[in-house]
Amino acid sequence: MAVRKNQATLTATEKRNFVSALLELKKSGRYDEFVRTHNEFIMSDSDTGDRVGHRSPSFLPWHRRFLIQFEQELQRVDSSVALPYWDWTADRTTTASIWGPDFLGGTGRSRDSQVTTGPFAYATGKWNINVSVDSRPYLQRELGSAVRQLPTRAEVDSVLAMTTYDMAPWNSASDGFRNNLEGWRGVNLHNRVHVWIGGQMATGVSPNDPVFWLHHCFIDKLWADWQRMHPTSPYLPGGNTADVVDLKDTMRPWNNVTPADMLDHTAHYTYDR
Amino acid sequence: MSSNLTRRSVLRGTAVAVAGAALAVPAAAAVANSAAPAMDHSGHEGHEGHDGHSGHGPQPFDETYQGRHIVGQPAMGGHMAHHGGFAVTIDGKELHVMQNADGTWISVVNHYQTFADPLALTRAAVDKLRGAALVPIATA
Ligand SMILES: [Cu+2]
Ligand SMILES: [Cu+2]
Repeated sequence: MAVRKNQATLTATEKRNFVSALLELKKSGRYDEFVRTHNEFIMSDSDTGDRVGHRSPSFLPWHRRFLIQFEQELQRVDSSVALPYWDWTADRTTTASIWGPDFLGGTGRSRDSQVTTGPFAYATGKWNINVSVDSRPYLQRELGSAVRQLPTRAEVDSVLAMTTYDMAPWNSASDGFRNNLEGWRGVNLHNRVHVWIGGQMATGVSPNDPVFWLHHCFIDKLWADWQRMHPTSPYLPGGNTADVVDLKDTMRPWNNVTPADMLDHTAHYTYDR
Repeated sequence: MSSNLTRRSVLRGTAVAVAGAALAVPAAAAVANSAAPAMDHSGHEGHEGHDGHSGHGPQPFDETYQGRHIVGQPAMGGHMAHHGGFAVTIDGKELHVMQNADGTWISVVNHYQTFADPLALTRAAVDKLRGAALVPIATA
């Protein structure tokens, strides 16, 4: 059973193995399929139409399933690897070790936002951006530029305190835990982190940046934390909701998994705390 | 947060193209309203041209911004109508845009940050592209 750890606690070997597995998936072409899938959902999920991956109740179970699939691909390369999570309330500066040259590399240079340090720098020849919205083939970041501050622990706690999972109209206008966590409403947690990183992370092809997985792993952990705090609060809606994935509806693109199947993560992995 | 973003947008505008500095100001002002994490857009309700549910679409535009030709106009049919009935191009290439339930807008290059209207959204995309061309992405 994989144990997902806080990235700040990884050993040098664990970091190296994680990075190597990412580079191997990139080389084989499997990595870019995940980028393409994510972008297809982000472009088609809409507030007034069918919505599965984002701006809807299934944001959390959809990304949980997406991360499990990605983690399985990593483990096919190296069975010792598990997804780490990035607690951006704690490791919140541009000089945090997550951005070190031995892990994800740092922010982009000012001229063109190109990441030039670490294993995902363009000059390594191992991390070309192939699934893109524009013509630039290199990883970009502008840490802390478009928005200055990452969410604080107090802001996270204020969202974890919300007792209702989601509410009508089940989209970016909803109140409740899911939409406040996703960030279309309220203090803005998940969305703000994408914007803080900038570069591809601010776009529909955000999984081009490996930090995508560490960010969403923490979002996934916050969902698990919320479930533990509110054991009697169910996934909503329970059924018969147009354009929205109800508890027992299957989710695209897998079509064989429902939110109900994703409620208990411990069948797939556990967290270190 | 908002004034920080405003200043940054203006600074980038002047750095990229001196001629674009004046143009950058209204864009930055519009963007400031929507800077994350502030997500309260109640002030936009009922503003003509900002509210997709009022029956009036957003204002069309056709201008040069930072040396890029940007066009926004109502779109009929296809997936663009589904996403708010408005189509945007930068130098003739489609920028995928979408309207949120509260009337704000996002694009594929700024997908987690909302903007008051398609013009502000498009100018922000030009800033972010730094001269790069949009490329079509195959959708399922
Ligand atoms: Cu996503
Ligand atoms: Cu995300």
